[in-house]
Amino acid sequence: MAETLLKVAGLQAWYGESHILHGVDFEIRRGELVTLLGRNGAGKTTTLRSIMGILGKRTGSIAFDSKETIGMSSDHIARLGIAYCPEERGIFSSLNVDENLRLPPIVKPGGLSIEEIYRLFPNLLERRYSQGTKLSGGEQQMLAIGRILRTGADLLLLDEPTEGLAPVIVQRIGEIIRQLKSRGFTILLVEQNFHFAATVADRHYVMEDGHVVDMVASSDVQQSIGKLQTYLGV
Amino acid sequence: MFELLGIPPQALFGQLLLGLINGAFYAMLSLGLAVIFGMLNVINFTHGAQYMMGAFAAWLLLGILGIPFWVSLVVAPVIVGLFGIVLEKVLLKRIYHLDHLYGFLLTFGLALVIEGLFQWKWGSSGAPYPNPIPGGFNLGFMFLPTYRAFVVVAALVICLATWYGIERTRLGAYLRAATENPTLVRAFGINVPRLITLTYGLGVGLAALAGVLAAPIQQVSALMGVNLVLVVFAVVVIGGMGSIMGSIVTGFGLGLIEGLTKVFYPPASNTVIFVVMALVLLIKPAGLFGQTK
Repeated sequence: MAETLLKVAGLQAWYGESHILHGVDFEIRRGELVTLLGRNGAGKTTTLRSIMGILGKRTGSIAFDSKETIGMSSDHIARLGIAYCPEERGIFSSLNVDENLRLPPIVKPGGLSIEEIYRLFPNLLERRYSQGTKLSGGEQQMLAIGRILRTGADLLLLDEPTEGLAPVIVQRIGEIIRQLKSRGFTILLVEQNFHFAATVADRHYVMEDGHVVDMVASSDVQQSIGKLQTYLGV
Repeated sequence: MFELLGIPPQALFGQLLLGLINGAFYAMLSLGLAVIFGMLNVINFTHGAQYMMGAFAAWLLLGILGIPFWVSLVVAPVIVGLFGIVLEKVLLKRIYHLDHLYGFLLTFGLALVIEGLFQWKWGSSGAPYPNPIPGGFNLGFMFLPTYRAFVVVAALVICLATWYGIERTRLGAYLRAATENPTLVRAFGINVPRLITLTYGLGVGLAALAGVLAAPIQQVSALMGVNLVLVVFAVVVIGGMGSIMGSIVTGFGLGLIEGLTKVFYPPASNTVIFVVMALVLLIKPAGLFGQTK
């Protein structure tokens, strides 16, 4: 079994005065694709932001590649090899597509080249000199994923990459995520869309009220479907 | 010689040249302000004092060490820029999370302190700085002093170089991105606090560079930046807060408008820029080149 790449233990986090995470525990092994499932407000996005170090106050332990990152600034964490694709996508309107793609600096060798990324997302190549925010929602999502593939990061944090997209685009993003996994990327995916998550992930962690309450392997999803539906309220 | 609406051409072109030179300074100063505002979200009211410090640095370098103008053109902005970096590290960075008003009070107070100290040490009458390129050309309709022509060209080069650096280079892309979403840029592994410090140093250095260029034209005096900075704020507002090209175009444009007003209706020349500002804000509240968020 592969080594543990990310180990989160007893993670608590706050937004200002409100206490969002109350002790989150889970781990991801190198090369795995793991999802965080849960209803709105369960703390999935907050968990990703805590791992990335962009939250004001957090305690507990987040070990990446056996290095404790809980006290580090987010630029330092990024340079260890973690890359983040936020829910709101974060495409820069004052940068064109190509500049957006080249913005995140390379932190390690082993990332995709610009040519490989454009081969993966031919739409982006066609529109490389357009303003980033003039793209369609699907194209912006592809840009947001594409630009973190160049940096050489081993762990990708993807926050709801399928949100608000047409089924055909969701399918395309699913293919891309599977390709990334086969290339050896380790991926932590936050999803509302369980049916999408079930088709791509190895394991699922279920979050509720700032805790991880359950873990289901993809091979057991069929047996656990009733339980999962209760958790997710679908 | 021909006349235009009863105005002798010497007066017209003389004022246009003066307007162009003033515009060159407006452009260089508002450019630095725009860059600083975009990144720090602080309106740098110390800008006029830092412009004055650039002129003083050149004057002191010449007077004490005999360092010529052309060397000061590089050295003085670096010295004042480093002073700006210290200021950012020690004071400014503590107020980013507070309301704009605190940034205004801090930078305005700093300007008063700095100008007060210079006034106390060197008085307010001012000292002359020798013209590094005396002489000029007779263009037939007017006399063009060589140094003044040089200032206009130098300001254009500085403005366009700054524009290129911000709009067309990798470091500039970091700057633009961090202006929009500093948290995300930092989460990509870029040291945003250092980028902010460098931006302030660069903006202050630009003000000082304008100050060095102004030294041979104006008296080097502690209060030389006080009146200028008011006009420059108007330029930034008209051009659109944070817009680089807006600052450049508006700076030169308003210098010319001011010059023309001096020819056709002199009493209005001190207020025309503020009239333009009021009109622009009525029609386009975000400024001519500004983007509403």
